[in-house]
Amino acid sequence: MRRFLEGPYAGVLALAILVAVLPLALPSLFYLRIAALIGIFALVVVGLNLLIGYAGQVSLGHAGFFGVGAYAVAIGPTYLGLPAWLALIAGAAIAGLIAFLVGRPILRLRGHYLAVATLGMGLLFAMVFANESAWTGGPDGMPVPHLDLFGFRMSGARTWYWISGVSLVIGAWVAANVIASPTGRALRAIHDSETAAQVLGIDVARYKLIAFVLSAVYAAVAGAYLAMFDGLVTPETAGFLRSIEFVTMAVLGGLGSTFGGIVGAALLVLLPQVLTVFQDYEHIALGLIMIVVMIFLPAGIVPSLAGLLRWRRS
Amino acid sequence: MAEFLQFAFSGLTVGAIYALVALGFTLIYNASGVINFAQGEFVMLGGMVTVFTHAAGVPLPLAALIALVVAIIVGLALYRLAIEPARGASPVTLIIITIGASILLRGGASLTFDKSFHSLPPFAGSKPLMIGGAALLPQSLIVLAGAGAIVIALWYFLTRTLSGKAILATAANRLAARLVGINTNAVVGLSFGVSAAIGALGGILMTPITLTSYDSGTLLALKGFAAAMLGSMGNPLGAVVGGLTVGLLEAFSAGYISSSYKDAVAFLVILGVLFLMPQGLFGRGGMERV
Amino acid sequence: MKRHLRMTLPSMLAAAAFLTAASTAYADIKIGSILAVTGPASFLGDPEKKTLEMYVDQINAAGGVNGQKIKLTVYDSGGNPNKAKTFATRLIEQDQVDAVIGDSTTGATLAIMPVFEDAGVPLISLAGAIQVIQPVRKWVFKTPHTDTMACEKIFEDLKKHNQTKIALISGTGGFGKSMSAECHKVAGQYGIQIVHEESYGPNDNDMTPQLTNIKNAAGVQAVVNPGFGQGPAIVTRNYRQLGIKVPLYESHGVASKQYIKLAGDAANGVRLPAAALLVADKLPASDPQKKVVEGYKTTYEKKTGQEVSTFGGHAYDALMILVDAMKRAGSADKAKVRDEIEKTKGFVGTGGVVNMSAKDHLGLDLTAFRMLEIKNGDWTLAN
Repeated sequence: MRRFLEGPYAGVLALAILVAVLPLALPSLFYLRIAALIGIFALVVVGLNLLIGYAGQVSLGHAGFFGVGAYAVAIGPTYLGLPAWLALIAGAAIAGLIAFLVGRPILRLRGHYLAVATLGMGLLFAMVFANESAWTGGPDGMPVPHLDLFGFRMSGARTWYWISGVSLVIGAWVAANVIASPTGRALRAIHDSETAAQVLGIDVARYKLIAFVLSAVYAAVAGAYLAMFDGLVTPETAGFLRSIEFVTMAVLGGLGSTFGGIVGAALLVLLPQVLTVFQDYEHIALGLIMIVVMIFLPAGIVPSLAGLLRWRRS
Repeated sequence: MAEFLQFAFSGLTVGAIYALVALGFTLIYNASGVINFAQGEFVMLGGMVTVFTHAAGVPLPLAALIALVVAIIVGLALYRLAIEPARGASPVTLIIITIGASILLRGGASLTFDKSFHSLPPFAGSKPLMIGGAALLPQSLIVLAGAGAIVIALWYFLTRTLSGKAILATAANRLAARLVGINTNAVVGLSFGVSAAIGALGGILMTPITLTSYDSGTLLALKGFAAAMLGSMGNPLGAVVGGLTVGLLEAFSAGYISSSYKDAVAFLVILGVLFLMPQGLFGRGGMERV
Repeated sequence: MKRHLRMTLPSMLAAAAFLTAASTAYADIKIGSILAVTGPASFLGDPEKKTLEMYVDQINAAGGVNGQKIKLTVYDSGGNPNKAKTFATRLIEQDQVDAVIGDSTTGATLAIMPVFEDAGVPLISLAGAIQVIQPVRKWVFKTPHTDTMACEKIFEDLKKHNQTKIALISGTGGFGKSMSAECHKVAGQYGIQIVHEESYGPNDNDMTPQLTNIKNAAGVQAVVNPGFGQGPAIVTRNYRQLGIKVPLYESHGVASKQYIKLAGDAANGVRLPAAALLVADKLPASDPQKKVVEGYKTTYEKKTGQEVSTFGGHAYDALMILVDAMKRAGSADKAKVRDEIEKTKGFVGTGGVVNMSAKDHLGLDLTAFRMLEIKNGDWTLAN
């Protein structure tokens, strides 16, 4: 038991408890909606963290996969007659497949070259969503049918809070498993130095691809959730700004920390709500907060604060 | 033939604008390893400050000069207040800082100025020149000439002046540069100032053609970044070639293929080039130190 | 209150702050608004926000509505549907508003409509597309003219001039795409043939390649440009630079004098359907809208120092329709106000004369549009 609590699963357990008790402290559906949104975005960031935080590969195109999941649950039931849950699984599978196919060539690129290639990839998705009006409804988007499971309609902030919360716990658990496995060790080695990892006999390309595909699937599932929760999907779902937002969440919260990803997602979902008090100065405040956090907590909020605590204690 | 020329003129004009943004990216990256996503805001500041000081009755050349100075001050402040304090942070942390700075600058501009679109009078009239049946604006020529002049001036600055050589030395090896007595902090600050100036100049030259508004920098930064990467980040010549290539690709695919997918064509080509040449068009196979 | 009683202790504690806030403001009428104040559609949201704030102040200074002051809460959605929906939930759950005006864009409006339908709160949208009011939804209204009407008005004019073969160059944003789709739908009824089609991105700087293709397309007798933002100004300039001779029609997305300023001399000769607001000073004294549009134009321009736009005008119409309905209902009761909005008859706004019904939650017909032609850098009423 003790070993379990100190291991990588302790965080997951804490997260599960948090998800279970949080609704008691939330006074209205508005807060539940915010919490559900945090859960959905945190799911993307937990996956993205495997790629950026552990494998050290920056992607500026993950909103593309997010969009694939979102449009899958819109197009699947509307035009192909698929049940929503099947469309969700299909969307995640398609995103994984696309990641698998483009991953090999794209992941040969390093550093900022990878960033611009993923950026281009994400933009291509967004352009298809905006232009193929017959299937996607064009720039104004298309409605997304409700998800019906076991005869129940999944709608409303409370339902989606539980769906996103439970999914986030499962997602964090899977990520913790990956990180604790030989794959996780290989990814960290790649992060420190690709060349050194190669010399040590690690199949660098394969492990990077695993992280890329996993993160794409996380993003697609979250995208599908958001689309069904909002009941509408627009090309902005897959837009460049979304991609940037995901990376910002991961970096602000702390790369290489699953909890960091959740904190980062929470921060960027909450800030626009809190900053409404600044009225016209909202964006100035947002920019300032990003800069100040990164200057004083350069490793991200969670790792930097944890490091600070450890340092104080010793 | 006339239409081919027309597409080429359009592509070169837009491409020259991308090239100027890409140059700014490249210069800061060279000196500091930072990808500055606030580069587009310098372009916006150049245009907006000129528009508003000109509207306040200041003659155009003086207004442009004021805009240039404002942009340089903002560039230096960005370095001094946001980049330097975060020295030693990972590249992706620095990227987030520049994104924060760009949000802040956009917010500031929307308050200081307004949220409308603005234009400047063309510097040499608005009557197009007819060349081979295609129309070319005098202002396009000014943008192209301006971009060319900036590239030559930059080349001269980097290779013929002490400050410029210090930037190159810092880019090559920061520690070694410090050892030979170069104040590398000042050098990186200088690169931010020069990049801001290049961006602002681009903004001033292009506003009569493209119009400007408080948030016109975002998309320019995106295209400029892509252009800089296409031409190998850190290579000034690559930035120019990359910018012109992206501009021409957009124009020719809008003309010959499909206007809805013209950006897609440009990015497909960039992806294709990177697959074949992972370091961009002008990349040298780098070595990683272990 | 009942809802709160069912809550657990910790949540009651957390809610205490909001309850006190709600009870102190109990006497006010609460109007919420979600607008694209920033982001790519800020040229819509910005004048809309200024208009609402300006007129709410004015109404409150004059004693409010039914003896109650209006408390206006504006949230900036940036035109993003997801953000808009979160703010919609916030307006209902936290701010407990009586009625809502917004969003500025079609995508965001489509996202928030179900929230207000479920909650039973009247929503007056400022979005253009016809999907907002077709099919009719019980609680959703809108004030801007539909893009279908703009197409019809342009086609009417084309028919009058015996021009039947046209080219479209539209923006790829929601407005341009939606309007070009509507134009395709109604073209047949007017005997118009769309022989060539091009598009441009919302942030494009140069449309000469697309216009070169239009210039070279055979048989084009006129060009229509659905789009808003800076796009139409650049299209207009490029159009003249290439020396295209056939008439150019802009859409109602060109909504303020700023367009003429940006396009310069190139704007001369351009025709477009627009609300009477743009030609406030040129309307004959007998025009029913004369007084309203002149009043709004003067107030807005004096207060903000900026050119009046029809976008701000839509916000004015929405607020006034809402306030009139509240006065007729004698309270801010949501259901009564909704019924009264639906009964709006003969309301003279900046967009036209509004006659709503259970089947029509917009209440404007083609007469709301005037055909304008730009001459010597100014709007003139065409024929």
